[in-house]
Amino acid sequence: MSEHELRVAKIRNGTVIDHVTAGQALNVLAVLGIDGDGGLGVSIGMNVPSDKLGTKDVVKVEGRELSQGEVDIISLLAPEATVNIVREYEVVEKNRVERPARVVGLLSCPNHNCITNADEPVDSAFAVVDDGVRCEYCGEIVREGIGDHLAVD
Amino acid sequence: MRHDNLLSAGQLSREDIEAVLDRAAEVAADPGRVAERQAGRLLALCFFEPSTRTKMSFDTAIKRLGGDTVDMGTVESSSVKKGESLADTVRVIEGYADGIVLRHPSEGAAKLASEFVDVPVVNAGDGAGQHPSQTLLDLYTMRENAGLDDLTVGIMGDLKYGRTVHSLAEALTNFDARMHFVSPESLKLPRGVQFDLHEAGARLREHTDLEAVLPDLDVLYVTRIQRERFPDENEYQQVAGEYRIDADTLDRARDDFTVMHPLPRVDEIAPDVDPTEQAAYFEQAHNGVPVRMALLDELLGGDDGGAGR
Ligand SMILES: [Zn+2]
Repeated sequence: MSEHELRVAKIRNGTVIDHVTAGQALNVLAVLGIDGDGGLGVSIGMNVPSDKLGTKDVVKVEGRELSQGEVDIISLLAPEATVNIVREYEVVEKNRVERPARVVGLLSCPNHNCITNADEPVDSAFAVVDDGVRCEYCGEIVREGIGDHLAVD
Repeated sequence: MRHDNLLSAGQLSREDIEAVLDRAAEVAADPGRVAERQAGRLLALCFFEPSTRTKMSFDTAIKRLGGDTVDMGTVESSSVKKGESLADTVRVIEGYADGIVLRHPSEGAAKLASEFVDVPVVNAGDGAGQHPSQTLLDLYTMRENAGLDDLTVGIMGDLKYGRTVHSLAEALTNFDARMHFVSPESLKLPRGVQFDLHEAGARLREHTDLEAVLPDLDVLYVTRIQRERFPDENEYQQVAGEYRIDADTLDRARDDFTVMHPLPRVDEIAPDVDPTEQAAYFEQAHNGVPVRMALLDELLGGDDGGAGR
């Protein structure tokens, strides 16, 4: 087993986000605001064979647990994802993500003419609908490519 | 109507709509009876986009109820030009007036404004979003001319950016109405509106040509296709020409056909339609006053002579 595989396989303390829809790993990192600058140990597996999904992505982050808001957005990008909390190399908690009813302040509206994109003191707000999310201000619906609209700096 | 604001047509139930229309009919029949209803009340007119008729219509409506208006004036001469946020503007204006009528170029502006103030906010047009007070007068006119039951309505023109269309279509889902949407491919109803219509169980069909559905229609609601929606003048001319009606169009429609338009029109309805019995668009514009009187009376509440809300 190479050192690289070993590193992907185990983290000591942190979070493993497994069963991520193939192709969404980098968006998951974007949701977490991880760009490599922060010094966190991060491992990514992309297009890893999966019994359940055919192929999947896996994201492992050393020394970091997720907020509810982050889990909410991940649920939209990767509805099948599981979030595993690891302490001393052991998975101490394993949770399936659940789609929230709405997400506030986490996505930006793709409608450039939406008031939430003007310089106003409000957070964006999206209702989660059957097959996507919907801006509560302008009604714009986002189905594909939710990861392209993350409200991250 | 148990609402603090009128932001979109989707918030209105059939009962809400009928209450306003019934009240508007009473007001129209005897305007003198409500001449003091809103005495002492001030309505702020905040128009961030130029408008003459909607603004005048609200201005007239509140004055005929005994109230008055304060007008923000044009954006060019206001602090908005200096970069003030809408949230700040309405919070200041809230201190001057008992209600705010807002027109703004961005979708969702009225909802945002309503979150920052305690006085009622009426959305008088938010970008390509909604224009629900227009819808109430449209429905009033439709009810007078064709009734709102077992109705077949054609809605033609710019369905993508047409806020009057979005509001009207959503409101019609409360009634026994079949809707035919007629537009060029590039100006079809936006996804968000389609979503609402399907959620509401609307019976609708989309067409690129009026002729096939024309004989079925009780009402045709025509809207303007704006030049700026097209990159190219020739393309605009060609498309706009296909969605124009004239007196010949009426010959191919039912005898009791009604033509409506939110105005202003350019040339999508030929002048030879104006003197016909089918033309209802000037009557429609006039209905704006009693309907907005009824609406403002509902939203501003009581006949306590303006002594607080
Ligand atoms: Zn929006």
